[in-house]
Amino acid sequence: MSHEAIHSEEHDAPNVTNPEHAEHHIVTPLQYCFVFATLLFFTGVTVGAAYLDLHWANPVIALGIACFKACIVILFFMHAAYQSRLIKVTIGAGFFIFLVLITMTLTDYLSRAWGLW
Amino acid sequence: MVLPQHRHHFETEEQQREAGSFGMWLFLLTEIMFFGGMFFAYLLYRNWYYPAFAAASNQLNVPMGAANTAILITSGFCMALGVWAAEVRRRKLLTVLLVLTTVFGCAFLGVKYFEYKEKYELHHIPGNNFSVAMFVNPQDYPQYPDTYAEKPLAPDMAQKTQIFFFLYFAMTGMHALHMIIGIVLLFWLTHRAWRGDFSSGYVAPIENFGLYWHFVDIVWLFLFPLLYLINRHPLH
Repeated sequence: MSHEAIHSEEHDAPNVTNPEHAEHHIVTPLQYCFVFATLLFFTGVTVGAAYLDLHWANPVIALGIACFKACIVILFFMHAAYQSRLIKVTIGAGFFIFLVLITMTLTDYLSRAWGLW
Repeated sequence: MVLPQHRHHFETEEQQREAGSFGMWLFLLTEIMFFGGMFFAYLLYRNWYYPAFAAASNQLNVPMGAANTAILITSGFCMALGVWAAEVRRRKLLTVLLVLTTVFGCAFLGVKYFEYKEKYELHHIPGNNFSVAMFVNPQDYPQYPDTYAEKPLAPDMAQKTQIFFFLYFAMTGMHALHMIIGIVLLFWLTHRAWRGDFSSGYVAPIENFGLYWHFVDIVWLFLFPLLYLINRHPLH
């Protein structure tokens, strides 16, 4: 019995045929160019918006644009859009836990009457 | 077909690849928590000492920060193209793209050097030599238009600008340290790419390094608006 045959007997069939493992998507340079152009464009927008006096909307716009840019970097430069569900859920869960940690800590800090800082 | 990079404990090469990406993402999520602590400190102190944070932020150099953002995005773009070049097995193109990624990474650190140097000269590095002069008497600094336009701070509030600059150096310094580590890895990867390690279907090291490099980009995409942009006082 050859090495190959022994090897194949030990294969876990569902793992070999798992469609999520089977396909590997290659993002094309053209897609990368679109992402690159979008990132540069929004960098310009966010700098421009900082010089308009929009009061409370200034940080909201700046952080909104930053989140949008981060999303397209994660989805396309980091290929998250083409990964298996396991990886997608893991990424989502990581960011979710991060938000939970920040929110819970903030509720504590902001609800304490620590006087005049 | 069993390729040389296929380890025996993985059923298929695709499974091996997915396991590698999964591990890299877990590492990056711990990095998000690490930077997250500093982002949280920034958020909280900005709420507590808002006037000091606004005044100190207005002293940062927006054109330099914006140029650095563009430089870093370009570096990330070269890295992304590098992953593609490895996947289509083009050795020379991959090497060139990795070199370009390194060059833009170094350019970012170069701009950062001039920014840090300015802070040093203005005594804006927290510690014994820190000076609140620019924030207590902004009217004495007409050569810095954004600072000049600020309202003077009371001396106790002006002291709190040290917290802003402490966070500024902690966050951008940690980010720069990640870039330096990345550049060291890039030298090693460029050498291996030139040797042909990644042009026969074995892309994992390039792909996973790409994830790291893009993560460092993302940290900057948040640092730039938080530190430089959201406290501008344009119409004073």
